[in-house]
Amino acid sequence: MGSALKKWKLPMIMLGPFVALIFLFFFLPVVLIVILAFTNMDSAMRWEFAGLANFQKMLEDPNLFKIMKNTALYVGFTLLINVCFGFVLGILTTYYIQKEPVSLVFRTIWMLPRMSPPVVYVLLWLWFFDPSEYGVLNSLRALFHMEPVAWLHEHPMTAIILANGIIGASFGMIIFSSAIKSIPKDLFYAASVDGASQWSIIKDIIIPAVRWPLMFVTIWQFLSLITSYEYIFLLTNGGPLFESEVLALYSFHKAFQNFEFGYGSAISLVLVIIALIFSFMMWKWFGMQKMMRSSKIE
Amino acid sequence: MKIELKNLCKSFNKKTNAIDRMNLTVEDGEFVALLGPSGCGKSTTMLMIAGIYKPDSGEIRFDGQLVNDWEPKDRNIGMVFQSYALYPHMTVLENIAFPLKQQKVPKKERMERAKQAAEMVRLGHVLDRKPDELSGGQQQRVALARAIVKKPKVLLLDEPMSNLDARLKIEMREELSRLHKELGITTILVTHDQEEAMMLADRIAVMKDGKIIQYGTPMDLYHRPSDFFVAQFIGTPPMNVFRGKLIGNHLHFLNQSAELNNEQWNTAQGELDVYVGIRPHEVKLGKGGDIRAKGIVQMIEPVGHAQIIRVNIGDEQLRLFAEPTAAIEYESEITVSFHLSSLHLFDVRTGKSLRKEIMKESQTEEMVG
Repeated sequence: MGSALKKWKLPMIMLGPFVALIFLFFFLPVVLIVILAFTNMDSAMRWEFAGLANFQKMLEDPNLFKIMKNTALYVGFTLLINVCFGFVLGILTTYYIQKEPVSLVFRTIWMLPRMSPPVVYVLLWLWFFDPSEYGVLNSLRALFHMEPVAWLHEHPMTAIILANGIIGASFGMIIFSSAIKSIPKDLFYAASVDGASQWSIIKDIIIPAVRWPLMFVTIWQFLSLITSYEYIFLLTNGGPLFESEVLALYSFHKAFQNFEFGYGSAISLVLVIIALIFSFMMWKWFGMQKMMRSSKIE
Repeated sequence: MKIELKNLCKSFNKKTNAIDRMNLTVEDGEFVALLGPSGCGKSTTMLMIAGIYKPDSGEIRFDGQLVNDWEPKDRNIGMVFQSYALYPHMTVLENIAFPLKQQKVPKKERMERAKQAAEMVRLGHVLDRKPDELSGGQQQRVALARAIVKKPKVLLLDEPMSNLDARLKIEMREELSRLHKELGITTILVTHDQEEAMMLADRIAVMKDGKIIQYGTPMDLYHRPSDFFVAQFIGTPPMNVFRGKLIGNHLHFLNQSAELNNEQWNTAQGELDVYVGIRPHEVKLGKGGDIRAKGIVQMIEPVGHAQIIRVNIGDEQLRLFAEPTAAIEYESEITVSFHLSSLHLFDVRTGKSLRKEIMKESQTEEMVG
């Protein structure tokens, strides 16, 4: 007993603070959500357990189907833009632009919105979609003598997908371009000697080499898209009505606008479960165990 | 296919030329080695022949046709890279079939031909493996099979054997030699290993600083190096070199002097610093030759069929081969000798050989006839 204590003393001292932090900030929120989901806590902040009442309410919520659909559309299309566009940018700045300074400038430009505060970035989109004739899109329309359109009212989903898709692409771009850069030059030479077309080089050399980064970016972006809502909040605030409301934003609205903390937590719990299921599916689908097992550099 | 390079130039920065006005002709079916130390531009030359690099100026002609602007895929070449550059996620068979797939050969014929190529390099038993499950030698052979599968007109080998161990190297050399004879493809080998070049090539182009120093048959380079660089680069162990002075037709070196034949050697106007070279196997123990010297034995390296002896003659060093049975002791004084006719002389300033060109040609005829 004494020797075991001696053996574990130092690791405990060294790891203790971090384990505590992880528990406090990573694990506890999930536990809290799970517990809160079964209460009907409101602005009075009283813990009153209500069993499955919140889930019952969710099933009867007239907006929920619309919101689920929005979430699926939003996450699906934004993810598609994030990953595909990120991949295209990655290839563009590594394979097609071989001059490093040029591609660096190019990549930096795409990184700029990431560096600027979301409010400023969204302000630009608001200007872009402005319903008056001074908005960018509308002033373009004015050139062809067309009436201004209230873009954010008529196409709110398109607006939030575009805004999120374009800012998110830079993440994939960085990951993919470093993966593509690590492909040995000789492989490209060999492929061009073997007569490979541009398409074949992308399909047979680049994509197999970026398979793991591709999976990583897909999962990572999925998880951050499904739980984040700040750009939607700033751009349309889920409106008009519930036209661009997604689950994460709905949970926020319920909890912090209507002070239905219990109901908001129940929605969040659904989100956590969806995220877990999706991660597990991707794990299986991409054969991620294989990556974890082999540390071979291909 | 006949390959001609005319006044080829290529530079990667504006100051120096990686390849400087290079001229080279490779006859149809010939096996030519580009030999030189690293950084001499031999790989650059090969990548230009492959079409991966574009020359800045000059001409590359295949069978007389200008191909400067042709894409690699249109040149009908096969290439083996130093790193092998196998496609990591494809099996051996898929790797070999890849060039055929690009040519849109029907699947059945493609597999058939890929298997044939694999048989040719004795890989029939590992067709379903991935490259990372193969040994270095096997990977090398996959790369070779992939290069020959589309029956190219030119085979380019970029340091193909530098990652193999000594035994495998010998095996692969034989394999390459056999393949070249069987297929008769015009082949260009880039290497820094002079032994490899000597054994495989019909002709060798020795390169230095982006220029060809000498281009000739292996025997030519060995017996009649036109430049001090070639003399030093070719032959193991390397040629023995002494500093000497040429005054008129009198050669002074190793504290003695000898008179040179005017017909055989360019003689000096006044005094000229020269390098005097002698191949280790031309030096004999004892007093048999025209030039004799006494030296102290510094090192004895037995290599089986002979022993390599290193002796110090004054400040100069000399290596020679001795019979394996000869009893030689460290630190003992021995007498070595060699013939004046087996010497090589080079101008120290220009590095050029002082042997007369006419002599070289007549000797060549002598050898051929």
